[in-house]
Amino acid sequence: MMIKAYRYIKARDAVMRGIFLFCAVFAVLALGCICVFLFAEGLPFIGKVGVSNFFGTKWHLDSGAYGILSMIVASLYVTGLSTLIGIAIGLFTAICLYKFCPAKAVNPIRQLITLLAGIPSVIYGLFGMIVIVPFLRDNISSNGVGYGILAASLVLSVMILPTIVSISLDALNSVPRSYYEGALALGATSEQSVFKVMLPAAKSGILAAVVLSIGRAIGETMAVIMVIGGSPAMPGSLFQSVRTMTANIAMGATELSGDAATALVSTGVVLFCFTLLLNTSISLLKGGFKRESKSA
Amino acid sequence: MGNNQIDTARDSEAVRVEEGGAALNNGGLPESSDMYNITVRNCDLYYGDFQALKSVSIDIEEREVTALIGPSGCGKSTFIKTLNRMNDLVEGCRITGEILIGGRDIYAKSTDVTLLRKNAGMVFQKPNPFPMSIYDNIAFAPRTFGIKKKIELDVIVESSLKHAGLWLEVKDRLKKNAMGLSGGQQQRLCIARALAADPKILLMDEPTSALDPISTGRIEELINELKTEYTIVIVTHNMQQATRISDKTAFFLLGEIIEYGTTESIFSMPKDKRTENYITGRFG
Repeated sequence: MMIKAYRYIKARDAVMRGIFLFCAVFAVLALGCICVFLFAEGLPFIGKVGVSNFFGTKWHLDSGAYGILSMIVASLYVTGLSTLIGIAIGLFTAICLYKFCPAKAVNPIRQLITLLAGIPSVIYGLFGMIVIVPFLRDNISSNGVGYGILAASLVLSVMILPTIVSISLDALNSVPRSYYEGALALGATSEQSVFKVMLPAAKSGILAAVVLSIGRAIGETMAVIMVIGGSPAMPGSLFQSVRTMTANIAMGATELSGDAATALVSTGVVLFCFTLLLNTSISLLKGGFKRESKSA
Repeated sequence: MGNNQIDTARDSEAVRVEEGGAALNNGGLPESSDMYNITVRNCDLYYGDFQALKSVSIDIEEREVTALIGPSGCGKSTFIKTLNRMNDLVEGCRITGEILIGGRDIYAKSTDVTLLRKNAGMVFQKPNPFPMSIYDNIAFAPRTFGIKKKIELDVIVESSLKHAGLWLEVKDRLKKNAMGLSGGQQQRLCIARALAADPKILLMDEPTSALDPISTGRIEELINELKTEYTIVIVTHNMQQATRISDKTAFFLLGEIIEYGTTESIFSMPKDKRTENYITGRFG
């Protein structure tokens, strides 16, 4: 009787272990599949049309020109500008929430900002299309165009705010309070203590926030498509219809086939490489900081 | 002067903003270095409804070491924090009574709290160097007060570290992170960092309780050297330490000063039975 029950338990354990293992491997498998698909489909195509064609400036499917350089440049512009705006606003928001705003207001404001992260990106796109683009066109733009890099960057910078604010705030909050008191006890003002001691002490967390938000910005698709215009042109102005890599893939995905569709996969390969680069730099940064604090 | 009520940290920040010009009058403290005695009269301190200090009165002489002893929770750390107004940071902390440094009320509206804290340097129980280089740690206070020139900072850094007896150990690695120092070195670094602000008073809140005996010995030697120039108030749990380093001793119990006098008299012939019980180890 006992033995039988024991065997049953052992068998059940083995089955459960199998299930857990499968779950653990699942994500890795998914990653592997995506990688294999991307590179197996995308890389040969780059070889076929030629590297100089693929990284050229001309995207003209009818004449076999698959250059995505303008899209890479547009992606970098949009990502850079939106991260700059987002970090400037987000970091100061975090600092304000950390020390300079009434204690009672901290949590409500933080929750409201977190709520931003829950808004679907297509809503951001709509907002950008209906409010920001016309506003830029009528008030800021010199050439009567509202679509473009600035519109996309503004929309994106709001989208990445929650990431920057919450991670930076967590980073600041995890800095020991004794540093703050130590700085005050030396005659520093509250502002000096925060900017000269607490902020530098939180830099690794803040860097992580920056890199994460860059990743978000470079990969965002829907909201960008709706405000960036979409012409495969080399960006020459903040107000000009251009196309990012993500926009290129999503806009073509439903209507292209054959070589043109494969060109989208190749675009995906380039995009994937960028995000891979970002993720590696995150781990390197983290590793670097661990080493630094260990040797310290 | 009279009674002051300090409610929260934010109030004091407001006071400082209003008194923007106060930086010129040395934070309400006297210019001359020969008047840094501390006088406390009928000081009551409340954390919310809890009274942590009860009518504390004490005269602390300059260029002496005054030890504050007493069992945990007796208010000695609370008391030392009133002397540089670090209690302003505690929500719901209320102080009444008079605390004068060199005859000036440090809780007066005209007091510049940052200058008060510069003049009354504090060393904490747990060494708290900033996670930056040794040099930047020491240069922190001078930079805060607007000294930017490297030559001037170099001089301050070197003299402060020499003062704190740390120079020989760290002079070749000033650019290294201060977190890499040993606990005892970190605490001496914190003393050097406080000295770099050119204080007149040093407030030490159990500065050796987290250190090994050798480091403790070095800090005690250091305190003996420093008392020729600074008024030193030290909270300690260690009776032997109090007898070794202090000139005067105050015994705190439940927020009151039970007895205050020369260290010799307190330890050899305490007047109060409770003092005797404490120093002979019968409680606390």
